[in-house]
Amino acid sequence: MSDMTLDRTTLVGTAPPTAARRQHSVIPGFGLTLGLTLLWLSLIVLIPLAALFVKTAELSVEQIAAILTAQRTLNALKISFGLSLAAAAINLVFGAVIVWALVRYDFPGRRILDGLIDIPFALPTAVAGIALTTLYAENGWIGSLLAPLGIKVAFTPLGILVALVFIGLPFVVRTVQPVLEDLDHELEEAAATLGAGRWTTIRRVVLPAVLPAFLTGFALAFARAVGEYGSVIFIAGNLPNISEIAPLLIVIRLEEFRYADATTIAATMLVASFILLFIINGLQRWSQSRTGRTA
Amino acid sequence: MSNASPVRDEPAAVKWTVIGLAALFIGLFIVLPLVNVFAQAFVKGWQAYLDALVEPDALAAIRLTLLVTALSVTANTVMGLVTAWAITKFSFKGKSFLITLIDLPFSVSPVVAGLIFVLLFGAQGYFGPWLIDNGWKIIFAWPGITLATVFVTFPFVARELIPLMQEQGTTEEEAAVTLGAGGWRVFSRVTLPNIKWALLYGVLLCNARAMGEFGAVSVVSGHVRGETNTIPLQVEILYNEYQFQASFAVASLLALLAIVTLLAKTALEARLVSRSGRH
Repeated sequence: MSDMTLDRTTLVGTAPPTAARRQHSVIPGFGLTLGLTLLWLSLIVLIPLAALFVKTAELSVEQIAAILTAQRTLNALKISFGLSLAAAAINLVFGAVIVWALVRYDFPGRRILDGLIDIPFALPTAVAGIALTTLYAENGWIGSLLAPLGIKVAFTPLGILVALVFIGLPFVVRTVQPVLEDLDHELEEAAATLGAGRWTTIRRVVLPAVLPAFLTGFALAFARAVGEYGSVIFIAGNLPNISEIAPLLIVIRLEEFRYADATTIAATMLVASFILLFIINGLQRWSQSRTGRTA
Repeated sequence: MSNASPVRDEPAAVKWTVIGLAALFIGLFIVLPLVNVFAQAFVKGWQAYLDALVEPDALAAIRLTLLVTALSVTANTVMGLVTAWAITKFSFKGKSFLITLIDLPFSVSPVVAGLIFVLLFGAQGYFGPWLIDNGWKIIFAWPGITLATVFVTFPFVARELIPLMQEQGTTEEEAAVTLGAGGWRVFSRVTLPNIKWALLYGVLLCNARAMGEFGAVSVVSGHVRGETNTIPLQVEILYNEYQFQASFAVASLLALLAIVTLLAKTALEARLVSRSGRH
């Protein structure tokens, strides 16, 4: 309430204290709400995450190096990051096709198709996991079609890829879609009037405008895929060194009471997530500066 | 939506190939898995479907999920409002960094989200021995499941409110204060009516994620049947025991929740658009 009196004086024009750390506002509750926010954030997010780094820091450098360079750890990280990259690339290509169809064309069922994009966001990962596994198993709807061709998806790394494509798709579509929607039509018309062919216009006018959004979507899909667990573990087969993802290895080490291994791998993945988050923030700022819109 | 323009249109063949590819990809990767959930759930008919849902362990899982969701959604709704108020009604240093921190749980793997609470409250954790001495159980019990759920759903409400409240500014609240309204009255009579749809939207998304969370909850639950299994964990256990039909029957509840959430989201978005159109 002492804030209130201060604010009222500012309102009538008395010079505010120069050391003020915020602009004065007549609205009450700054100290209370910011304090509660910081307390809640610290208790639920910051302190628990810090515990992970403290726990990892209790280990010697040699121990950490030994855990991270163990063949099984290396392979799990390679599988997680490699397949996430591949899935994000697939989503980039098909995401582009889908966004173009949804934004630029009018066709029956467009709104339904548009609504379906959010299913991977909303469907719990375990449900997606068992549904995909049953579909792609050798007796499943899709698996039984692929089996005669000698293609096995479920219980192989290919199955992991399918699950990661599923969960990553909406990130690309929902990031690029609003940017393409807002793109000024006149630019394309100008290019066409100046004699550019349709393909040249798309490549030279549309692509540069939506590129930052595409990269943001790619990074978001990749970041999500790296940490994904529920939709992957059912379809993966989970063979060490072949189809075992890093999040699963964390769970396995934890169940074996090998806390040092679990925390070291988890801390590594967390650092990777932070780096990705940093890159994504940068990409979003770039996208915003280019199109004046939040990606 | 129709924005036909002779110079911006591709040939019909290109157009329909693009639409066809988009539909095929969505059909293959999104529609088929969703349809498959219900097809597998009803593979033995209605009776088997209902039997799977009223089975005691399934009912216990539903009860636990409802408890955990009620607690974590309530906590994150109240704190989401508090956070959005602090961030949007005042200007202070480090605001954008604070917003990044609030979004942080989105970029943490669910497994890591579970692990951090095991490190704090597990038997080998920092507070583990003290908790055991006092007879408190957090990990492998509902409080741990709730904590992990609160962590993964932390940003949902706040991140729906912040952009809208930022756009709405502070003039209406300032006017109310100047006219003598107290903080609570300003919030409930001025701010809340302005943000109610966005708030509902955030609560809805938070609720869907809370009910469906698997990875984080799996790490802290201990998987005790009828006691610490939530709905997604019950789905996993049944599936791993080759009780596929029962597993999909329980899973269909979550799939239904996802569909209802998306339909409500579509309805709410229409309201949000018409609202911000007036501002």
